Amino acid sequence: MNILLQNLINGLTLGSIYSLVALGLTLVYGILHIPNFAHGALYMVGAFMTYFFMVDLGAHYWIAMLGSGAVVAALGVLCERLVFHPLRHSPPIHDKIAAIGILLFLEALVQMLWGADFRRMSSPFTGVMNIQGLIIPEQRALIIAGAAVLVVGLQLFLRRTMTGSTILAMAQNREGAFLVGIDANRVAMMTFAISGMLAAFAATLYAPINLVYPAMGHLVIMKAFVIIIIGGMGSIPGAVIGGMIIGFTEALGGFYLSNDYKDVIAFALLVVILSIRPQGLFTKGAH
Amino acid sequence: MWLKLAALLTRPATKYVFIALALVFPLVAQNEYQIYVMASAFVWAIAVYGLNIITGYCGQLNLAHGGFFALGAYTLGLLTADYSWSYWPAFVAALAMTAVVGFFVGIVSLRLKEHYFAIFTLCVGFIMYMLMDKWEELTHGPVGVRNIAPPNGFGLVDFTETTPIYYLVLVFLMLTMWFIGRLSRSLLGRTFTAIRNGDELAQSLGINLMRNKVLAFVLSTTFAGLAGALYAGMVRFIGPEDANVLHTFDMITYLLVGGIGTLSGPLVGTIGIVWLTQSLQFMEEYRMILFGPLLVFLVIFFPRGIVGSFLSWLHRRTQGKAEAAAKAQQSRDTTGRRVNNNA
Repeated sequence: MNILLQNLINGLTLGSIYSLVALGLTLVYGILHIPNFAHGALYMVGAFMTYFFMVDLGAHYWIAMLGSGAVVAALGVLCERLVFHPLRHSPPIHDKIAAIGILLFLEALVQMLWGADFRRMSSPFTGVMNIQGLIIPEQRALIIAGAAVLVVGLQLFLRRTMTGSTILAMAQNREGAFLVGIDANRVAMMTFAISGMLAAFAATLYAPINLVYPAMGHLVIMKAFVIIIIGGMGSIPGAVIGGMIIGFTEALGGFYLSNDYKDVIAFALLVVILSIRPQGLFTKGAH
Repeated sequence: MWLKLAALLTRPATKYVFIALALVFPLVAQNEYQIYVMASAFVWAIAVYGLNIITGYCGQLNLAHGGFFALGAYTLGLLTADYSWSYWPAFVAALAMTAVVGFFVGIVSLRLKEHYFAIFTLCVGFIMYMLMDKWEELTHGPVGVRNIAPPNGFGLVDFTETTPIYYLVLVFLMLTMWFIGRLSRSLLGRTFTAIRNGDELAQSLGINLMRNKVLAFVLSTTFAGLAGALYAGMVRFIGPEDANVLHTFDMITYLLVGGIGTLSGPLVGTIGIVWLTQSLQFMEEYRMILFGPLLVFLVIFFPRGIVGSFLSWLHRRTQGKAEAAAKAQQSRDTTGRRVNNNA
C-alpha cells in the first residue's frame, strides 16, 4: 500500500512538472497556432539560468527562480519578435522549422558556455517529510505545491484580469478579438513571456531532483507535446489533465512494468491514442 | 554576361559536366579523407532526397526521417554482423524493412494533419531511438553494432577501400537523382505538389489523398533506408546515436539551404554544408550556433533556399529582359507609326 502511495506521489510530482511545461506550450499554440519546438530549449535555459544565479552568483533559490523566470520570459518575447512575428503569414511548415532553428541555437549556445556535463543543483529544501511512514522529500512537496499555485494563479490571471482575458479572447476567436480592439502584438508577446516563465519555473522546481545539462529539454518537450495532443491543443485544462495522465502512467508504468522503457510509455500511449482517435482524446469535432 | 552564364546552369547538358566532375573527383582530391567526406556527403544527400519527397513535394514535415535512416542501417548491420548474411541480400532486406515499417507508420500518421503529423513523427523517431538504445538482446544497446560486412565486390573490387565505395555511393546517388527527376516530372510528382498546395483542392480534383501521401511517405522512408544501408556498409559501425533526432534536424538544414522542393537543392545543400562543417573543424560540436540562426534566417528571407532563390532570380531577370525587349520593340513600333503618319 505504501509503495503504491509512494508511486502516486512520484506520479503527482512528474505530472506537476509536465503540466507546467505543457501549459506554456498550449498557451502559445492557442494564440499563434505554432507548435513551439523551442519550448524545451526555453525550459533548459531556465534551469541553467537558475544554476547561474544560484551557484555562480550565490543568490537565494527563490531569487534565482525569479531571475531565471524574467530572463526566459524576455527570451520568449525576443523569439516572438524576431522570428515568429515575421513568419506570421508563412506556410505552417516554416514556423516549425524556425522553431527547430531556435532550439538548435539555444542548445549549442548553452553547451558552449557551460559545457555538456551533467550538473547537480541543490535547493535549500533537502529534508524529507515523514507522514505515517510515507516518505516525501521536501523538494517533491514543493514541486506539487508550486505547480498548484502557478496553475491557480494562471487561471485567476486569465479569468479575472483584463489583460489575461485578452489572451483567452484571442485564443477563442482571432477575428472577434481584433474587432473589439485587442492588440495582437501585445497578446502574442505576453503569451510568449508567460510561457517562458512557466518553463523556467518548472525547470527550477524540477532540477534539484534531476540533473542540469544541455539536452535536458528533449524528453520533457516531447512529452509536453504528447500531453497537449492528448488534452487538445490550445486547451488549458487539457494540458493539466494530460500532464497528470502522463505523469501517473510513467511513475506507475516505470515501477510495475519496466524502468528501462518508462520513457517510451508516453509515446506509445500517444501512438495508440492517435491511431484510434486521430483528433485527440478531449477535442470535439474535427481539428 | 552573368545572366547567360547562369542560364547555362539550367541547361540539361550541364548535368553531364557535374557527373564528369564527380567521376574525376577522386583523382584530383588531395587525400583519401576528402574522398571519404565526399562519399558521406553523397550518402546524406540520398537521405535528403527522400526527405524532399514527403516534406518538399508533399508538404508534410516528417521528423522521423533520421529514425528510418537508422532503421535501414540497423537492419543491414544486424543481419550481416549477427546473422552472417552477405551484404547485398541484407541490403535488399533493409530497403524492404524501411518500406514496410514506413507503410505502417504512414497509414497511421498520415491521417493526422500538419502539426499533429510533425509531432507524431517526432515521437515515432524517438521510439525508434529508444528501442535501439534499450532493446539490448536485439540491438546490442548503447554498445552499437560492430563487424558490419562491407558491400560485396564479388572478388572484382574491394569496397573496404575508400575510392571504390565512393564510386558505389555515387552510382546510387545518380540512380536516386534520376528517379527523383522522373518522379518530379511525372503525374505522381505533380499530384504530390497538388497535395502540398492544398489538401481540399487536391481532393476536389479527384486525388486520393491518403493513397498518394502514403506512397510519398513509403518512397521517402525507402530512400532513408537506402542511405542508411550504404552508411552502415561504409562506416561499418553503428550505434543508437545514429537515430538521434539531431540527424533529422541536420537533414532539414541541408534541404532548406539547398532549396526545399527543388531537384538539385538536396545535393547542393548537403555538399555545401558538409564541406562547410569540414573546413571549420572547430565547428563540429558547435555548428548549431551558426546553423540554428541560419535556418531561421532562411525561412524568413529565403524560404526557397539556394537553388529555389537562384531559379526565381533567373526567371525574374529573363522575364525582365523579355519585357524590356518587348517594350523597346513596342516603342520603336509606335515611333515608326508616328513617322509614317507625319509622312
